[in-house]
Amino acid sequence: MPLQVSVFAENKPGKIKRITGVLAEKGINIRAVTISESGDYGIVKLLLDQPEAGCEALQKAGIAATLKEIIAVLMKDTPGGLHEVAAALSESGINVEDAYGFIVKSSESAVFVFQVGNPRMAEKMLAGRGFSMLGDKELYLL
Amino acid sequence: MVDRADTCAKKDGRKAMWNRELETLDRSSLEKLQMKKLEKTLESALRTRYYSRVFSDHGIDVARFRSIKDIAALPFTAKDDLRLSYPDGMCAVPRAEVVRMHASSGTTGKSTVIFYTMKDINDWAELVARCMVASGATREDVFQNMMGYGLFTGGLGLHYGAERLGCMVIPSAAGNTLRQIQLMKDFGTTIIHITPSYALHLGDEVSAQGVDPRELAVRKAYLGAEPYSEATRDKIENQWGLDAYNSYGLSEMNGPGVAFECIEKRGMHVWEDYYYIEIIDPVSGRPLPDGDEGELVITHLNREAMPVIRYRTRDLTAVIPGPCPCGRSHRRIERIKGRTDDMLIIGGVNVFPSQIETVLMKVPEVGNNYQIVLDRRENLDRIHIKVELYSKMFRGDLKELDNLKSRLARELQALIVVTPRIELLEPGSLEPSTGKAVRVIDSRKI
Repeated sequence: MPLQVSVFAENKPGKIKRITGVLAEKGINIRAVTISESGDYGIVKLLLDQPEAGCEALQKAGIAATLKEIIAVLMKDTPGGLHEVAAALSESGINVEDAYGFIVKSSESAVFVFQVGNPRMAEKMLAGRGFSMLGDKELYLL
Repeated sequence: MVDRADTCAKKDGRKAMWNRELETLDRSSLEKLQMKKLEKTLESALRTRYYSRVFSDHGIDVARFRSIKDIAALPFTAKDDLRLSYPDGMCAVPRAEVVRMHASSGTTGKSTVIFYTMKDINDWAELVARCMVASGATREDVFQNMMGYGLFTGGLGLHYGAERLGCMVIPSAAGNTLRQIQLMKDFGTTIIHITPSYALHLGDEVSAQGVDPRELAVRKAYLGAEPYSEATRDKIENQWGLDAYNSYGLSEMNGPGVAFECIEKRGMHVWEDYYYIEIIDPVSGRPLPDGDEGELVITHLNREAMPVIRYRTRDLTAVIPGPCPCGRSHRRIERIKGRTDDMLIIGGVNVFPSQIETVLMKVPEVGNNYQIVLDRRENLDRIHIKVELYSKMFRGDLKELDNLKSRLARELQALIVVTPRIELLEPGSLEPSTGKAVRVIDSRKI
């Protein structure tokens, strides 16, 4: 199952730079990034080509970082593409905790990346309904 | 109720006193009375587990004491001694004789507890009545008590004294500004008991309602529970058009009523027939002469349930030499200049940084470094606590962090009454705890 790095950051200028600096130095590539903030602080979520190495490097630099399992489901890059995934999740009563999506130019498809309480169950459900998920290697090297 | 304050004022121009005989007792009779009361206090101290052990450890032979000055042979009692005697190692009477307890927060979680017999409660009320009459209060006054009731002694201490004097007491307790104002207006409050910062805030709130505080009936304010400057007193007096009097007390010595200003407003009279005071050098422990600033040490000469001998208050002050024009023979102390320890007074509540630390360090998600920032907005104390997130406990969940923040605020609020603003910082943002880290930044102007 793919992993994503969550990083705690104060909501102040220069805080993202500190994180990206560590990753750049280690030659770790960022595939996607989202930030959710709550007042004074927020969480930076990073999809990295080497999540374990990236997380370790950040921790070594004294940054609060942790790995989280995610689901990356492939969908059609057409109107209604995300709707199909959302409908499947909704019917199964699965709550999406945190998500983002992006398109993959080469394949005319798109990827919906999200966190859920029970990733294994969600993965099984989606696979059962014919969705294909990206494994860690596939996702990191998109 | 009979008006017990003497009414000499009307007959010969002298100011009223609650107990003229004792309040004007000549110094040598006063010292003899102190000695008599010390003997009784020592007897009762020997009935406590704590003092019987301490006296025997120090080879103290109480029978050889000849004058009150011999008290210097006795060891000091510290707040920690009270804490270590928790819950009742310093209680000198059987539980059935105790009618009340109060408690103040200890430095590391355990409280210091004070016990009172019925006589102790009565005597305390007598002293508070003395204080109030010294400030010119009479039974005609309407007394609104805006101090905390409960384990804190500020509310109940003045309450009983004001009732003893015969005032109408409005036990409004602290907070709820709009209701305080309504009560003052509707019942014609003439005296308020209040922290200085809240007095300023309340004055602003009254003005905000379009009422000049000076138009209200309030003519006296008893200010206590937190340090403040002479400039603040002037400000409160001008804002409200009243006379503000300094009040000093501490739960270990009953609570309020230990020392109080008379209408001369030149220092606080300590009721020396109840309290034996010494000023010492806080470092060497050696006694200092009148006029020199040092740490106030008090012996309670009059409590049955809980004798406390040579208690180190950690409050810095000086005895004012010479008699007071009011005619009372009891010496005066200056307003409290500061503390010899790191105790903070936040909105009238005593807080030690170590208490805040204890709460923070029990929470696994919190790192080792923290900082306490105090400031004052609209005359109310605000506390801001900066904590570092502990990296290893970070789960990558925003909701968890928000919950952590409110959990910390809740736990700290239970301790310090004021709701703190919690700021979560990245690990390593604050100075490490080794060395002389600045843990407290107090930017309040008192």
